[in-house]
Amino acid sequence: MKFRSKIIDIGCLNNFTRVVTTISKLTKTCVLRLTPDNLYFVLSGKVANGGVGMWCELSQANFFDEFQLEGVSVKANEVCLELAPENLSRALRTAQNAKAVKIKLTKKHCPCLTVAAELPTMSSMSRVVTHDIPVDVIPRRLWNDFQEPSMPDFDVSIYMPPLKIMKNVVDRMKNLSNFLVIEANMNGEMNLKIETDLVSVTTHFKDLGNPPWGGDGSQHSQGDQETMVQARVDVRKLQQFLMGQQFNPSKAMCNIVQNSILHLILLYEDVSLQYFIPAVA
Amino acid sequence: MDCVVTGGNVKVLAKAIHSLSRIGDELYLEPQEDGLTLRSVNSSRSAYACFLFAPLFFSRYAIPNGHGFRCKMAIKSVQAVFRSLASLEKTVEKCHIELDGDKNRLTFTLHCKHGLLKTHNLSFQDSESLQAVFDKDSSTNVLKAQPRVLADTVLNFPPSLEEVTVTVSDERVWFRNHVDQEAELSKAMLTELCLSSDEFDHFAVRAQTSVTFCLKELRGLLVFAESTGLPISMYFDEPGSPVVLSVTDSVLDGNFVLATLSDEPCVRQKNPQRAGTSPPPSDDFMNDELESCLIAMDNSMAPGPSVTEAVSAAPPRHAVSPPAKADPRRTTNSEPEEESGEEEEEEDPGRPPNKKFRSLFFGSVYPTGSPLSNRTMASQKVLASDSEDDT
Repeated sequence: MKFRSKIIDIGCLNNFTRVVTTISKLTKTCVLRLTPDNLYFVLSGKVANGGVGMWCELSQANFFDEFQLEGVSVKANEVCLELAPENLSRALRTAQNAKAVKIKLTKKHCPCLTVAAELPTMSSMSRVVTHDIPVDVIPRRLWNDFQEPSMPDFDVSIYMPPLKIMKNVVDRMKNLSNFLVIEANMNGEMNLKIETDLVSVTTHFKDLGNPPWGGDGSQHSQGDQETMVQARVDVRKLQQFLMGQQFNPSKAMCNIVQNSILHLILLYEDVSLQYFIPAVA
Repeated sequence: MDCVVTGGNVKVLAKAIHSLSRIGDELYLEPQEDGLTLRSVNSSRSAYACFLFAPLFFSRYAIPNGHGFRCKMAIKSVQAVFRSLASLEKTVEKCHIELDGDKNRLTFTLHCKHGLLKTHNLSFQDSESLQAVFDKDSSTNVLKAQPRVLADTVLNFPPSLEEVTVTVSDERVWFRNHVDQEAELSKAMLTELCLSSDEFDHFAVRAQTSVTFCLKELRGLLVFAESTGLPISMYFDEPGSPVVLSVTDSVLDGNFVLATLSDEPCVRQKNPQRAGTSPPPSDDFMNDELESCLIAMDNSMAPGPSVTEAVSAAPPRHAVSPPAKADPRRTTNSEPEEESGEEEEEEDPGRPPNKKFRSLFFGSVYPTGSPLSNRTMASQKVLASDSEDDT
């Protein structure tokens, strides 16, 4: 098992840092899957995580100038690690003006992901800072838990309103209730609602547009298009997602399975982040 | 006492007080012939800081004749005087510090623009003067760097990090975060930073050592050093003896004395034996005719024993002077003045084990000009030991 990589371009470093920082805002620990072509940050939707799942996919070629991976075996050419993304984010943030950053798998006191940054100095010698991030190597028999989640068979799919506006709305709603109902239809309308004994608040968004998923939208009749599909979710989980994201995504989509799951997708160039929030009764 | 600080020096004074507030809760203030000293010490006596502002720092500096006056007060109340550094810089033209002997008040008057006067009357307590005895000039290793260099270094460590280990070789310095429990080792991110000697203004390493001390106080001093642009010098010896961080210019002098961890695990293992085998120390608390106020403290997680309790209830049990720790100063020192205040922590099984034990000994303090003071300074040195409590 070997992994070593290098980022020289400062723009790539910034983007990669943004991705990792976003991940770190969403979860304390996650699994990093490394394959020869891609990196994945995975949180499987287990009860321990409150049912929240995450899948973030990056193509290594877009970030790394060097990327060498020797997986567990030739057949399973992958490395699967559990780590605290906050550590990786912190390490990368200290390296923002670095000349080069190397990320490699090392065996120190324990298995570590070592981030070594060459920082500029006034003197002729450059300054090297290394961060050893302890990781748990996930044995192969557990890999199945960290496969790409299948796209849920959603009832509605809609583009999200600007995330900043949505965040402002959700931030305020959070003060009134612990649960938020998000509902949308195939006619580009989305509502965010809270209902308590004292007050009901709804924010309406319209003309958001619906993503064309394979063009099977035609099967919906006019009546279907206006039918609202809803999911009641923990408002904090939605807020966490809206607050933490530093993607400035080019596309943000939301899929809802009636009373079952809220599936959020952010796309930025070729980084994709999927986030699953379970609906509560 | 009657002093006036004007212009940019007000900010310097304010920054000094802010950095002292990182150390302890009380500010010890003592006007002396050679300037105004401001001191602070933390509750565990493992960190001490002192600023001396020379008379030239002030545009007026007058001190009471005769008996030396000194006092202490809550540092928070002094900080309140200089709360907003930004507005201080813009609006305050001068600061007048005056002792109102009748009312027992120390008055800070800020003369601001447009004739605005802000007066703070602070109550104070009389105090013993506080003086850590240290001798930085005989340190084996001296490093001097611009504050920027150290600030950039410290930035690489998480704000929550408590201790940092500094290792020196002939031409390099390593900063590492210190993780003191094995269990944490597999969880904590270890950060290491290597600086080459040419990043330093002065780099004199005579012994390759490694010392561990608290980052908080260094951060505090950095705030001061960065705002004044003064380089920081770092004086240190072997692990267990204090590290002194200092800033100096023509009108001020700041010294931060920090305890260091005595690193070897063998020291930990030796402790119980030593307690049994070594002769009882000459107890400075009891028989010091000079009434030195040596203070042994602990900052273990025990629910805060007060200063006096710690002193009276647990006099040092054993002297720590392993012969291996040859100290050049000790050879000239006939009296066994040094000892570490290692108190036995009563272990409550329900409580998490004490993380560590620290103490710094303070030389006692005499009124300035006392013939004894020099002698004590020479014969006692501050001993900082910071060793793991074996559990």
